[in-house]
Amino acid sequence: MKFVVAAVLTALLGFTIVLFMPWWSVAVTSLIVAIAVSQKPLLAFLAGFTGIFLLWGTHAFIIDSLNKHILAPKVADILHMGSSSMPIILVTGFMGGLVAGCAAITGSFSANLTRK
Amino acid sequence: MRVIPSILGAAVTIGLIILLNMQLPVAGSKTPRLGSFLCPQTGFWQNAESANTLYVVQLKSDKLKGKVEVYLDDRLVPHVYADNESDAYFAQGYLHAKFRLWQMEFQTYYASGRLSEILGPKSGENDIVKVDQHFRRLGMVYAAERSLTEMENDKTTKEALDAYTAGVNNYIDQLDASEIPIEYKLLDYKPEHWTNLKTALFVKYMAYDLAGREEDFERTNARSVFTGTEYEKLYPYGQDLMQPIIPKNAVMYEPDERLPVPAIADSLYFTFKPGPVVDSTAMALADSTLPAVDSTKIAATPAAKPTKPAAKPAKAGAVKPAVPKPDKDNGSNNWALAGNRTQSGRPILCNDPHLGLNLPAIWYEMQISTPAYNAYGVSFPGAPYIVIGFNDSCAFGFTNAERDVKDYYEIQFKDSTMREYWYNNTWRSTSFRDEVIKIKGGGQRVEHIAMTIWGPVMYDASYPDPLNSGKAYACKWMAHEPSNELKTFSLLDRAKGYIDYLDALSYFKCPGQNMIFAAKSGDIAIRQQGMFPAKWRRQGDFVMPGTDSSFGWQGDVAIEENLTMYNPGRGYVSSANQYPYDTTYPYYQGGTFELFRGLTIDRYLAGMENATVVDMQKMQTDNYNTFAEIARPVLLKYLDESMLNADERKYVDLFKNWNLRSDAQEKAPTVLQLWWDSLTVCIFRDELSQSGKPLPMPEKATLIEALARDPNYQFIDDIYTPEKETIQQIVLKAYRMAIPAMRKQEQDDRLEWGAYKDGGVRHLLKQAAFSRLHIKSGGGENIINANKGFHGPSWRMIVELTDEINAYGVYPGGQNGNPGSKYYDMFIDSWAAGRYYKIEIASRLDMAKHKGLTGKLTFEKKS
Repeated sequence: MKFVVAAVLTALLGFTIVLFMPWWSVAVTSLIVAIAVSQKPLLAFLAGFTGIFLLWGTHAFIIDSLNKHILAPKVADILHMGSSSMPIILVTGFMGGLVAGCAAITGSFSANLTRK
Repeated sequence: MRVIPSILGAAVTIGLIILLNMQLPVAGSKTPRLGSFLCPQTGFWQNAESANTLYVVQLKSDKLKGKVEVYLDDRLVPHVYADNESDAYFAQGYLHAKFRLWQMEFQTYYASGRLSEILGPKSGENDIVKVDQHFRRLGMVYAAERSLTEMENDKTTKEALDAYTAGVNNYIDQLDASEIPIEYKLLDYKPEHWTNLKTALFVKYMAYDLAGREEDFERTNARSVFTGTEYEKLYPYGQDLMQPIIPKNAVMYEPDERLPVPAIADSLYFTFKPGPVVDSTAMALADSTLPAVDSTKIAATPAAKPTKPAAKPAKAGAVKPAVPKPDKDNGSNNWALAGNRTQSGRPILCNDPHLGLNLPAIWYEMQISTPAYNAYGVSFPGAPYIVIGFNDSCAFGFTNAERDVKDYYEIQFKDSTMREYWYNNTWRSTSFRDEVIKIKGGGQRVEHIAMTIWGPVMYDASYPDPLNSGKAYACKWMAHEPSNELKTFSLLDRAKGYIDYLDALSYFKCPGQNMIFAAKSGDIAIRQQGMFPAKWRRQGDFVMPGTDSSFGWQGDVAIEENLTMYNPGRGYVSSANQYPYDTTYPYYQGGTFELFRGLTIDRYLAGMENATVVDMQKMQTDNYNTFAEIARPVLLKYLDESMLNADERKYVDLFKNWNLRSDAQEKAPTVLQLWWDSLTVCIFRDELSQSGKPLPMPEKATLIEALARDPNYQFIDDIYTPEKETIQQIVLKAYRMAIPAMRKQEQDDRLEWGAYKDGGVRHLLKQAAFSRLHIKSGGGENIINANKGFHGPSWRMIVELTDEINAYGVYPGGQNGNPGSKYYDMFIDSWAAGRYYKIEIASRLDMAKHKGLTGKLTFEKKS
């Protein structure tokens, strides 16, 4: 349950903060969520990763569908990621997830630090 | 115990963020900042617009005087209805920015030598700083500044420019960082504010593209390699077959009214190689250093030009140009038929400008309706007004004049400070322009440009000329002169008839254009308009001495000497970049002129009766090859087929049985192209390899006319062999040399012309993913459908001037410059197939009821 709450919160706050701040501010919100919702480091990482992976991946997927797959394959080609939408959607999600996960595991460690 | 993991975790997170926030070097180029670029809320995903987007904007600005309504039709063409004119230009600026912002800014960065700022010092193989140096030293910014002053001195132009700029900036100011065009995100920079100067820079960019080509250094080199007689044979003035825009025999002046050549020119200017005294030592030396003709290499590169022989023991080699010359086929077709040749009894005007085919396209289609006028056509993103189009009374279009209006003068500086130079027997002071080239990634370069009475010193010790002579040369160019070309467009948009057309033209100085006109009233007309230097024969072919005013341009050709053809008895006017007048015209018309396209057009029009817009569409997309018609009998006459085996004969049989149309599926055009290129090499390579420095390539027309006229043409002989080659030998040798290439093309399934040409429409950054490549289409050089591959008809327009105007148009691109939009390349398939769109020029009320509108924009005065 904690895992789901952390993932959902990470996604919600991550979306909101990027409306006002640069993309990397998702790391800040992920960190805060991991501190607030205390979990074991590995679970915290997975919750942070899942939250942003799903957020960015789904967001990119929806945009791509509405766009009728015009732009993503072109950009994928430029970045040497094949010439269809799915790989670049997954890379987008993975990249965001990784940053969020790393921030979350840091949060988890430092939360435990303050509690001891 | 968790301190270390915490710190470690933080370090990894921060490191990752830093890495994703950097442009990473990969394979010679740089990635965008991946974090921001891939983030769906900020990055490229934001440019992937929904296929169902409706473009709705409502804005208020204190820069507006009244109200503007803009309706976007199903092709995303805006129909602008403005209460007053300056508001129309505000809307036009806003629309250009909304749909073409990156392109319009990029073009002005290019023109003003600022590419290093956004691309860095190198981009792939290209030295970007050198590109910037070229445009700075040519005086592009200087020219734009001078013209801007002229433009802003004109009250109406100033008002239009200010409104246009305000419209662009209004769009930029409301633009969120996540919404900027994708190219900014890829290259990692931001749009800056538009200025009137940027519009002036764009106009100068067009002047460069259309009137920036010359071969002065190559020709100067030719002067030292060839005798005067040889030079005239290789680079003749005029053509036997020429049909000038103003037909032959319309002799206007007595020859003795020609400008006199200055007396000192013989000793200082016409310094050709003296008569043919053969120096056997030099010959032997030349022979030993001449690289053996590598037929496979020539064959494998069909476009191999013999102008660049390989190793030559020159002390200082040629300087490789950073910027290729503007394409010599930057030209166009236009023609207008009088009512007595059309079915409707009303004139029909056609125009298709030939330019580099790029995405986003150079043109943006629109209708502008104000209380003063109602015009439709294409505009330049970067400038106000409709440029090629029509209004409720008349239609207008352009082809390029191709005259040489760019010359070089050798400057004798007193010393290396370049503060003084010798002119008319005194030391004159220079002034300086210091142009700063900022380079992305740090650093800058200052171009310290000396300004002389001739113009900016383009080449000096810091920037060597193409011949690497070590001398200093100032560039004198008509585009440096203050002018207000935009006023011509402004006046054409509202022209009611012939007199207005003449008035509109009178403001246009550079690039010279063949301006065509047709009106509902029945009038048709054409005039080559521009400010042209009054030159004596061959003036400006070579670099000129800058020490003496007698080598200057003898003023400008008076505007009434730009002859107008008005309602001629033959019932049509036309131009296709050929000579405007025959060579009895009293001023030298230096330049490079097309021949064959004009012949085809003249022939078609002369036989045209009861013409309809469908006939015009067929003609505009016609692939008949008049060059081939002239070349085929000559080539076949001299080819001894008994020397060929069955396999070798295969290709010439294709050529023999050809219908002379360069359609995409024909194979013979490829055979002709490869054979002709090979023949050019066989004939001229020996002569042109006498210099390790660049020489001009003789024109196609020159060679075919010479071969048709004279089987003993002097240059057939290979000067490096003891025997004297015959035309039969050379034609056969050329054919055989081309066979491996023909075979190769056939094996690769590329013998068909469309596949061989392998054309497309390229993104301005040459980014393949944003381009449309491998479009198989017919046409090509010397053909009405002048599609060479990546260069050709950039806007095809047909306007029938019936009471309700019947107009058609298409361009290879789309209205939205965003590669993430379905409108980005929407017109390309129609264009490639030779189809047109019916143009809708509707009233505001009709437009509002239009089905399939894709957007509505409303601009209002802020109260």
